[in-house]
Amino acid sequence: MQVNSEWKPTIVAFCCNWCSYAGADLSGTNRLSYPANVRIIRIPCSCRLNPMFILRAFQRGADGVILCGCHPGDCRYTTGNYYARRRMTLLFSMLDYLGIERARTRVEWVSAAEGAKFAATMNDFVQTVTALGENRRLEDLRCKA
Amino acid sequence: MQGVKEKAIELLRSKSVDRVVGWKAGEFFYDLTPAVFTSVPEVEQSFVWSVFCAANLSKYLIAESRRGGKVAAFLKPCDTYSFVQLVKEHRILRENVHVVGVQCAGMCDMETIRSHGLSAVTSVAEQDGALRVETLYGARTLDRKDALGEKCRTCKSKKLAVYDELLGEQGCDEDNGRFLEVARIEAMTPEERFAFWRGELSRCIRCNACRNVCPACSCETCVFDNPDSGLRNKAAADAFEENLFHIIRAFHVASRCTDCGECTRVCPQHIPLHLLNRKFIKDINGLYGPYQAGADFDTKPPLMDFTLHDPEPSQAAVRGGGV
Repeated sequence: MQVNSEWKPTIVAFCCNWCSYAGADLSGTNRLSYPANVRIIRIPCSCRLNPMFILRAFQRGADGVILCGCHPGDCRYTTGNYYARRRMTLLFSMLDYLGIERARTRVEWVSAAEGAKFAATMNDFVQTVTALGENRRLEDLRCKA
Repeated sequence: MQGVKEKAIELLRSKSVDRVVGWKAGEFFYDLTPAVFTSVPEVEQSFVWSVFCAANLSKYLIAESRRGGKVAAFLKPCDTYSFVQLVKEHRILRENVHVVGVQCAGMCDMETIRSHGLSAVTSVAEQDGALRVETLYGARTLDRKDALGEKCRTCKSKKLAVYDELLGEQGCDEDNGRFLEVARIEAMTPEERFAFWRGELSRCIRCNACRNVCPACSCETCVFDNPDSGLRNKAAADAFEENLFHIIRAFHVASRCTDCGECTRVCPQHIPLHLLNRKFIKDINGLYGPYQAGADFDTKPPLMDFTLHDPEPSQAAVRGGGV
């Protein structure tokens, strides 16, 4: 039985191992807080993100998906984030075209030194998605508990 | 265009090619099906060139160009783009193919003909630029323009990207407003867009016809055939899976799709799948500069390329839709 039933969105954050994942760590060691409903998934590079991962996240109940990678020009593998940038631009545009609000998807470049930016980004993103409400357009009812 | 069948006979008779890829009648006279011909009698008996030859033959050349010997194929302007794209991806062995370019006035579609109130059609023939449609209830003449299938109504170009010999004249790019429908959907609110696509995609029966016919969908192992994906050849169970299948399929061919329109033509449920591909093409044109897949042999597809100053996904929200 739920007594305090204030709804909180589920956010999936895909973070590049070499920058944003360390940035999240830094925001923790700096005692900056970001909402606990952000679930971080570590990936080796922002361009590892298969578009299917994003759809899967929505299927299994995510209300927003964010990709954090190295700033353009700073990719560990030189060019990965440039490819990711083009792919995500097109994918998010396509999701928008199918009626999944654009504000539910975001790409943000966060370096390992930007703990504060990481926390601020997550706070802002959670706020945006909370305002949008629950994801009902790309969910799989069978995956809802 | 006259002389297509004669050309097939000539090529086989002179032994300059071993096989010819063309069309033969299917179940009905209007659902022509691609076929491979190896002998002159075969061509004489069943080769068909008519106003229903919409099928794009380039995908068949992936297998045919690797079977040894020389193969000839009849390619319409839109088919040549798929052909070039597949050569570029090292799928078709160019040296084994003799491309006979065929200029095309647009291919007709039985659904469109029926939409003019005609039923029980027994034959359709071209007569001096018009279509003579014979039905059990009498004959009528239609303008060819009024009988075209969707992919031909919004034809992008009559220019052949490649050919070894040409029947008819080389054409030029055309503007038939192929992005108008995409722009109309973009102008809707998210709720309306969602409702529109639900209405279309919920009809999907996952027959995989769009994937099987698509020249760009020619991976030897497809993600949708992967037994671990949970998606293998099964009917889409709910709204999510219907969306997932079509988003992923469109994304996998993005920047390689030549907009040949075959996906929509073969869809038994009449889902306008080309609108998904055209959205990607429109975005790519607007964000990364005009690009036509398969127009040449050396440019990189935009998703396999980048520049240092590409627009950010957040900016694209503003720029992508408006272009």
